[in-house]
Amino acid sequence: MLDISELKTVETDVVVVGAGGAGLRAAIESSAQGMKTVVLSKSLLGKAHTVMAEGGMAASMGNTDKRDNWKVHFRDTMRGGKFLNVWRMAELHAKQAPARVKELEEWGAVFDRTKEGLISQRNFGGHRYPRLAHVGDRTGLELIRTLQDHGVHQGIDFLMECTALRLLKDGERIAGVLAYYRETGRFVLLKARAVVLATGGGGKAWRVTSNSWEYTGDGVYLAYEAGAELMDLEFTQFHPTGMVWPLSVRGILVTEGVRGDGGILLNKDGKRFMFDYVPPRFAPETADSVDEATRWLNGDKNARRPPELLTRDVVARSIRAEVKAGRGSPHGGAFLDIASRRPPDFIKRRLPGMYHQFKELAEVDITKEPMEVGPTLHYFMGGIRVDADTQMTRVPGLFACGECGAGMHGANRLGGNSLSDLIVFGRLAGKCAAEYARSLGASPQADAEQVTLAIRGATDILNRESGENPYLLHEKLQDVMEDGVGIVREEEDLKKGIVGIEELNERAKNMKAHGTSQYNPGWHEALSMRSMLVTAEAVARAALIRQESRGAHTRVDYEGERDEWVKYNIVSRKGADGHMEVEKVLRPPPVKYLEDIANSKIEDLEAGKVGADAPND
Amino acid sequence: MSTTRKFKIWRGDSEGGDFKDYDVEVDPGMVVLDVLHRVQSRQANDLAIRWNCKAGKCGSCSMEINGRPRLSCMTRMNSFGPDETITVQPLKTFPVIKDLVTDVSWNYRQNKRIRPLKPKPRGADGEHRMYQEDVDRVQEFRKCIECYLCQDTCHVLRDRDGQDRFVGPRFMIRLASLEMHPLDDDDRIPEIRKEFGSGMCNITKCCTEVCPEHINITDNGIIPLKERVVDRYFDPIVFMGQKLFGISKRR
Repeated sequence: MLDISELKTVETDVVVVGAGGAGLRAAIESSAQGMKTVVLSKSLLGKAHTVMAEGGMAASMGNTDKRDNWKVHFRDTMRGGKFLNVWRMAELHAKQAPARVKELEEWGAVFDRTKEGLISQRNFGGHRYPRLAHVGDRTGLELIRTLQDHGVHQGIDFLMECTALRLLKDGERIAGVLAYYRETGRFVLLKARAVVLATGGGGKAWRVTSNSWEYTGDGVYLAYEAGAELMDLEFTQFHPTGMVWPLSVRGILVTEGVRGDGGILLNKDGKRFMFDYVPPRFAPETADSVDEATRWLNGDKNARRPPELLTRDVVARSIRAEVKAGRGSPHGGAFLDIASRRPPDFIKRRLPGMYHQFKELAEVDITKEPMEVGPTLHYFMGGIRVDADTQMTRVPGLFACGECGAGMHGANRLGGNSLSDLIVFGRLAGKCAAEYARSLGASPQADAEQVTLAIRGATDILNRESGENPYLLHEKLQDVMEDGVGIVREEEDLKKGIVGIEELNERAKNMKAHGTSQYNPGWHEALSMRSMLVTAEAVARAALIRQESRGAHTRVDYEGERDEWVKYNIVSRKGADGHMEVEKVLRPPPVKYLEDIANSKIEDLEAGKVGADAPND
Repeated sequence: MSTTRKFKIWRGDSEGGDFKDYDVEVDPGMVVLDVLHRVQSRQANDLAIRWNCKAGKCGSCSMEINGRPRLSCMTRMNSFGPDETITVQPLKTFPVIKDLVTDVSWNYRQNKRIRPLKPKPRGADGEHRMYQEDVDRVQEFRKCIECYLCQDTCHVLRDRDGQDRFVGPRFMIRLASLEMHPLDDDDRIPEIRKEFGSGMCNITKCCTEVCPEHINITDNGIIPLKERVVDRYFDPIVFMGQKLFGISKRR
């Protein structure tokens, strides 16, 4: 019998699960508020998926174009999100991003500069003005290194290669986390007053993805099991430009910065096809000729933006349509050409990572040849449902921020809004978790039974005589998601996908990991499968219910946006019978000034005819 | 066309271990990490590998491949001869945890010893002004993905008792990125010399050779730091003597 008094135990105020941009920012804030803070990092510190972010972080500082401000950023975000964003979150994000970016400078970040010596800002899809603070095409690395190097001096405890397995509760409230160290395979009990989830997305359930192995939906799973609600999971963003060849690198991200810096998309006939796919909502603000797009590239402020810079959902679907029509590139994608648009030294300076990546992994010189690209599962807009102003879930003491949280991005995220999301909502979650932890009386206590059950659930995988190979189950799940819950969906496929997930759920109960618990990736894979299966099921079920096409969710059997559907979020939770409950939930109406700004004509907004009554803080 | 390739992979832990042979099917375009994953999923589920991004951006999958410190995700199979056996082992400079995974926590402890940026006050307009030409060098150092290949290959650190006296190339360029940071209002030269051991580097440039980010660690980072130390601590005559002596010794 397991005696939990023998477990290694850590007592703290706040535990942050995840050490990417959101988790580190949350921990820094929680610690700054005087709370004892522990960060669980599934990998080594500084390796989180945030390092993969390339293009930049969006903040309306107006350094490159003075016409920019939070209202335009907010409007772009809502339009990009197809008006399904939580209004208040999009507002907080647009207002606070500039201060959060400048704060990074204080902590050592070295962004690319304008001629005036300010933080340079680049163009990106869906952003009306050059808005992305960036460092070449390695902005995510700069963010994580800055937060890491600042964070290690703030008295935060970092537990590296330590994976959360279960959230513990005292009645309704959060009481801590059970985790395990990879290095030794030992369990650790973290007693805490508040927990912040910052675990990222769940793209590893798909085969073609830009996500790293860590992206297994852990936060979604932990929150779901603890009684929190999930929201908007049908919105999985397929980034339009992932590498397609060679097969072993299929899915690896090619930054939108390539298009922001002038790159164009061509089909196998050399046609610049994006002009054929401009949605009516964006037509008034998009160039309608190659000539106008070229003038824009050359800095003509009266020219409209090229169609390659439409939002990601639009560009991804367009590439897929070209491939389907038989006009794709040799390996089933489109050509992304910057070589004919910019001189080699410009490309190497602005996109050094892309130059390096193609040269080393595909033997393609992007200063001379076009790249071959295609859609890749990139980002979860949906996730854990939180209160906009506190980032708390419906479980008292449980917070979520960054990609594992829901609401900020609605049906489709704009490029560059993710890194700024991490620092804005990471800080907010850390602040509110600290305030919550301080406000509690006696520390909540989890009973021993929760802990022993969680430990047994993990060790059974090692102890059974034989069983399913977790790696092969993972591959099977990737087939199911790729076939049933891909970039374009329909009822029959989704239903088959759900059946496939249910079958895998059964088989996963009998997973077997060979070897001991010490640094055992097979065991870890089996534990991650539990997260991926819950996440995959939530995506598939939500996708089945939403009978329309909006943003990143495309239903061939329900084409186009349906007005009645913008009134609803799809919310899921664990039912009393242990099964997943999914339902449509009516959204609260927006405050008037936000609705006015989001729906305004850009000319009216910029002339101050709209939104003048909006508070600026 | 897939082919079968021979791999020798070190299996073991801190107690010891040995190379084990694996025959693996390899498809075109694969990198060494792909092959290791195939071994892991089909032949040895518990093979320990540390990896994250598989795109050369996170610096997790460092190991020694045919004796050279490499990122396994950026080492293409077609860079080897068609019949060549590929030998894979953990980084030698750090203690083994299991199989290809080593304990690199020493590096995290060194990083924590380095004081953070001490920013100058903002200008009257609330902005920090820095010009691109003034941050180019710092940005070069900040490309570092902390793969620790430079630390692995550094002679001073590889001989482990040197780990008490020198922070290694990774942290020399981190120090350089602060020392050369236009906003930093701190004096770091004394500790670069004493605590962090800038004098220990004898400029063999092995670190620069293995850097997957192609950072000019020695020429742009360590040598300028050594020069700043010399400018501070040695009078011109001694300085000239040392410089001449140093150069003649190197040759």
